Amino acid sequence: MSKNAIIVRDIWKQYRLGQVGTGTLKNDLSRLWYKFRGKEDPFLKIGTNNDRSKKSKDDWVWALENIDFNVKEGEVLGIIGRNGAGKSTLLKILSKITSPTKGEIEVYGRVASLLEVGTGFHPDLTGRENIYLNGAVLGMRKQEITAKLDAIIDFSGVEGYIDTPVKRYSSGMKMRLGFAVAAFLEPDILIVDEVLAVGDAEFQKKCLGKIKNVSSEEGRTVLFVSHNLGAVKNLTTRCIMLEHGKLVNEGKPEKVIEEYLRMTTLPENTFFETKRINEFWGKEIRLTKITPIFSGGLSFFHFGENLQFEVCFQIHKCIVDKLRIGCTVSTLDERPVLSMMTSAVIEADMIGNRNYKLKINNLRLFPGSYKLSLSIGIGSFQETRMEFDVVRDALVFNIENLTESGNAVYNWRQDYGNVLHDHVDLQIS
Amino acid sequence: MQIASNKKEIIKPHKSLFDLRLIELWNYRDLLFMFVKRDFLASYTQTILGPLWFFIQPIFTTLMFVFVFGNIAGISTDGQPKILFYLSGLVIWNYFSDGLNKTANVFVSNSGIFGKVYFPRLIMPLSIVVSGLLRFFIQFLLFLAIFCYYNIKGEVTFSFSTALLLLPFLIILMAGFSLGLGLIITSLTTKYRDLSMFIGFGIGLLMYATPVIYPMNAVPAKYLFLVQANPISPIIETFRYAFLGSGMFSVLNLLYSTFCMAIILFIGVITFSKVEQNFMDTV
Ligand SMILES: Nc1ncnc2c1ncn2[C@@H]1O[C@H](COP(=O)(O)OP(=O)(O)OP(=O)(O)O)[C@@H](O)[C@H]1O
Ligand SMILES: [Mg+2]
Repeated sequence: MSKNAIIVRDIWKQYRLGQVGTGTLKNDLSRLWYKFRGKEDPFLKIGTNNDRSKKSKDDWVWALENIDFNVKEGEVLGIIGRNGAGKSTLLKILSKITSPTKGEIEVYGRVASLLEVGTGFHPDLTGRENIYLNGAVLGMRKQEITAKLDAIIDFSGVEGYIDTPVKRYSSGMKMRLGFAVAAFLEPDILIVDEVLAVGDAEFQKKCLGKIKNVSSEEGRTVLFVSHNLGAVKNLTTRCIMLEHGKLVNEGKPEKVIEEYLRMTTLPENTFFETKRINEFWGKEIRLTKITPIFSGGLSFFHFGENLQFEVCFQIHKCIVDKLRIGCTVSTLDERPVLSMMTSAVIEADMIGNRNYKLKINNLRLFPGSYKLSLSIGIGSFQETRMEFDVVRDALVFNIENLTESGNAVYNWRQDYGNVLHDHVDLQIS
Repeated sequence: MQIASNKKEIIKPHKSLFDLRLIELWNYRDLLFMFVKRDFLASYTQTILGPLWFFIQPIFTTLMFVFVFGNIAGISTDGQPKILFYLSGLVIWNYFSDGLNKTANVFVSNSGIFGKVYFPRLIMPLSIVVSGLLRFFIQFLLFLAIFCYYNIKGEVTFSFSTALLLLPFLIILMAGFSLGLGLIITSLTTKYRDLSMFIGFGIGLLMYATPVIYPMNAVPAKYLFLVQANPISPIIETFRYAFLGSGMFSVLNLLYSTFCMAIILFIGVITFSKVEQNFMDTV
């Protein structure tokens, strides 16, 4: 358990931006010339920190900078980070698809990887032949692969197509076979990059189960990249977080994921500015801040706990009617869970800042991460209504699988929905 | 499997130009054979005539050469039966040009699989060379059959010459040239795409600078140095000399050819392994 499976030492990766192929001959010649004279490559010096939203002046960017970490045998390491953070780049280097610009990695054992969408299949070969090909790529002999063949075909659920060239497969089928091959050929290290996205719900579940199995029962090491934070949390034993090519956080999955959620929800005062879909909002009344109020210094809500938030807003113009606040809870993958409205109690007879405590009682949200969108206005769902300000995804918060009395919720499946409602009566009629 | 298992491996940028990792190739021999098999079978699956295609191409090209260069243009065939003369040049040339053509596209045509799984990239061009050899042997059998036919008819007489022993060596030279040149070209095309335009007709042109449709001794003395500078010429000339007894056979030319092959192959393998590391970044 304590042996290292992967040791990553000071890895850097440089990419060239823009259309490659223009003006490169000159650069290449001068590069060669420098190399020839034994000097340092002049192009390694330039290059800026990688930020997808800013246009960089240089042609070269660092997609990974100074990455250092270890993975122990049998560990499931989650790698999270925003789009363009460098997760796939890191996995590609680990799978030897591309080489690092600087640094060194020690890998102990055979690595099988499933990198982003699409698999390491030869399109003209049949599914069966591709299984052998992938086995051979892993350095396995023919008999060994034959021994695993049935399990692979069975797990993938593409028996009917196993002797058809892979180019005729749907992308989901390719992914199914790809996953089955990678998981059943028993690599020492399994690398999975965001591949579950194309599979259907049933297969995703099967895969997650298999990954868990591979690590906990077969004792193999798994590196798992996903934007599905729920899966990351369930599956991994440790997480690292990348941001603009740098490793910024490392530790227990819950902790790193929470930090990630906190980072992706922008700083509080500027936060609302970026989330308004429309210039029109926030002129007369402006929402400025929302913070969750957790009990006892924690950073999450317990299951079944009354949710409390502090909501701050400014009144720029006096309104005759009393204001109310509305909110919508949705899951991180944009599924709305429910909407609600407070009663109209806010007097808007004076210009100035207001702070209110928003309490959502008896809402038993299934454990997980949720987003809260906020609105302030007059009227309700039954009558005409008007909003003065609407802020989408104002906040992300977590419900832990733990009640205030310390129990966990069992027997709840995602397909039951997100709310547990227990005020239900049954009477003899 | 257990050999590879838990073996320590270091991933780092290749610092030296000569860090070629050739030993690693051996561990992937199974994969090489799979690619060879696929390459060989794929050339005629989904066709009606199947393996017959291996014969059709050289036969028709030879007939065309007989007609155009032999009968219309009246180019000398050194006193040999035309069919035998052209076919002898073609089997060698075909091997070279097919191999070169395919190797020159390795990176582009395999970017899909190269982007997803690791194996020594050199396996791919090597598999092309080997499957090309299989095709060469089949076409060589065709040549032998026709050679026997002319022997029986008495138009050529077979006499054993020591040059025949050079045959394996000629094949190695040929393979080395097509692999080496192909590796250089494929490495360069990843960056300079113009080259792939050039390669298509470049190979066609090169054939005319090689004694395929004419014997070396029919070349005017003025231009002889051009054909002699072409390191592929001695291979074809020696091949003809071994079987037909005609052609210019000189040890010096063959040494020159060997020397060129070694250099080209060396440069090819180095550039290829250099480009291979980061090819996926620019595809
Ligand atoms: N071949 C390439 N050439 C130039 N830049 C590249 C190349 N591949 C990746 N990049 C850049 O490197 C950065 C990291 O990309 P990477 O694919 O690793 O991100 P990621 O963390 O996997 O993101 P996502 O969550 O969207 O999958 C990005 O800014 C990307 O634009
Ligand atoms: Mg990615």
